[in-house]
Amino acid sequence: MLTENYITASCSISDGIVFKDSQQLFENKSAELSAFLLSVYQHFQLNYPKFYKMDNLSKLGWLAAGVLLKDGFNKDNYQPEEIGIVLANANSSLDDDLKYLETVKDGPSPSLFVYTLPNIVIGEISIRNKFKGEHAFFIQDAFDAAFIEKQVSYLLDKDILRACICGWVDVLEQDYKAVLFLVEKKKSENAVLFSAENMDAIYKKI
Amino acid sequence: MNEPDVFVVADNVLSPLGKTTAENFSKLKQNISGVKQQQDKAISPQPFYASLFDKGAAFIDIDQHKYTKFEQLLIASISDALQNGDVNAKDKKTVLIISSTKGNISLLETEKNNHDLQKRIALSTSSKLVAEYFGFVNQPIIISNACISGVLGIITGMRLLRSEQYETAVIAGADVISSFILSGFQSFQALSPQGCKPFDQSHDGLNLGEGAGTIILSTNKKYAENIKVKGGSVSNDANHISGPSRTGAELAYAIKQSLQDAALSPGDIDFISAHGTATVYNDEMEAKAIGLCGLQSVPLNSLKGYYGHTLGAAGLIESIISVQSLKAGLVLPTMGFKEIAANCPVNVTASLMPVKANHFLKTASGFGGCNAAVVFGK
Repeated sequence: MLTENYITASCSISDGIVFKDSQQLFENKSAELSAFLLSVYQHFQLNYPKFYKMDNLSKLGWLAAGVLLKDGFNKDNYQPEEIGIVLANANSSLDDDLKYLETVKDGPSPSLFVYTLPNIVIGEISIRNKFKGEHAFFIQDAFDAAFIEKQVSYLLDKDILRACICGWVDVLEQDYKAVLFLVEKKKSENAVLFSAENMDAIYKKI
Repeated sequence: MNEPDVFVVADNVLSPLGKTTAENFSKLKQNISGVKQQQDKAISPQPFYASLFDKGAAFIDIDQHKYTKFEQLLIASISDALQNGDVNAKDKKTVLIISSTKGNISLLETEKNNHDLQKRIALSTSSKLVAEYFGFVNQPIIISNACISGVLGIITGMRLLRSEQYETAVIAGADVISSFILSGFQSFQALSPQGCKPFDQSHDGLNLGEGAGTIILSTNKKYAENIKVKGGSVSNDANHISGPSRTGAELAYAIKQSLQDAALSPGDIDFISAHGTATVYNDEMEAKAIGLCGLQSVPLNSLKGYYGHTLGAAGLIESIISVQSLKAGLVLPTMGFKEIAANCPVNVTASLMPVKANHFLKTASGFGGCNAAVVFGK
């Protein structure tokens, strides 16, 4: 029989608020997006100079992953190939695409071009944490928890992965939302069963 | 728990070389390339080498204005594959998977940026239009994962069928080259000033290419004599977002996992369709990975010299052509390759090579440190 999979942590960033496991950890409602993301970075003291060169999509996803994994997740319990990332959003990398296109006339910017792919945020999270497992980036017009649940369950149930970060990271201009889930095969304190319903409930909380 | 086998039912390659898989394979056997010097000021002020459709080429007969070039390519490619396979798109056990890196991004260059345009560019809008055209009843799945998008589409389809969520998966990929994409690769100094030369001593960058590919997979036993998708795997370098792994260990991991998934060993692989972009970094990383898997003497080709790098379509087009190679027992040459680069100890094919083949490996790698491998076989 298959073992069950559990959401052992979640992190949501939306509307100027950072939640972890449904607890509000930070609020800054007055700032525009870039300044808000910087304030989150500073608040959580995530010392990582590469943060500054990221586009807003990568910053948002990277911050959400940073908060998701801090205090409680021990990556030494896993091999690098056993941890994967499955993400989705609606606007792909359009936020950075618009910024890159502005540079094309006067000399295209390679540092903006590299972020014109949505899966770069997966790369940034992987580099930070040395995660080397399966990953995928899907485009959906709205968060499809049932689809993500099936994709991630396949990877865990077939022992392709033993842990997976999954969820939604979307940015377009000043609109943004990130909701990430850490899914593991073992039950920990406060863990809930990994299901589309439980993901949806956490997703809709903010 | 036994998973069902996944069979290749039908396919299509739509490229500047031809509108069907057969037309394309015939051109490749004659060593004809779609890559040539292009002069299109809308894409680049300077001439550049790429494989592009003729300007104003028509891909479908009806509703020319409703669909963008990207969507027309998908529709034309899917139409041909559905017809070849006699597959019913409207069946509730059939799912559509679409792979693309940049989709309709060229609209940003010609239209005014506003909310409506942003909605029009979204890959979910294109996918909905394409799904409606054929009457697919299930919500299409869209993959945008850089240059592994096509291979990842095949792996995703294989898994959805193995887990019996669907019986048939129609997997299509396309990308269109515009100023947005060309200028970006130029800014990376990744483009070759001539036809690209994968794994060759003088490899000096890639060519971009346009195209679409569709592969239809099914678990229906009536296809039991067909070629199978036997295994696949994805990995991440966790090293650099725009440069490949220094060691190739992560692509090697994906290759080994795909072999394990297929219940095969390296000795079972009869040829390799490499990513082979012809950038020094890519070719060297790939050669290292292939060496780490003990596959360095297996005949290997790259089709980038014929098609350029077709981005989200590349993994599909190159897999479909390689299925033709497997059926015909003919490994295609690597256009542009003459003498092996010093740091690429792999067995690159320079001419058309008859082989008795049962299995081949297809690899891909891309920005974000992504790697993918898939194994097809008899």
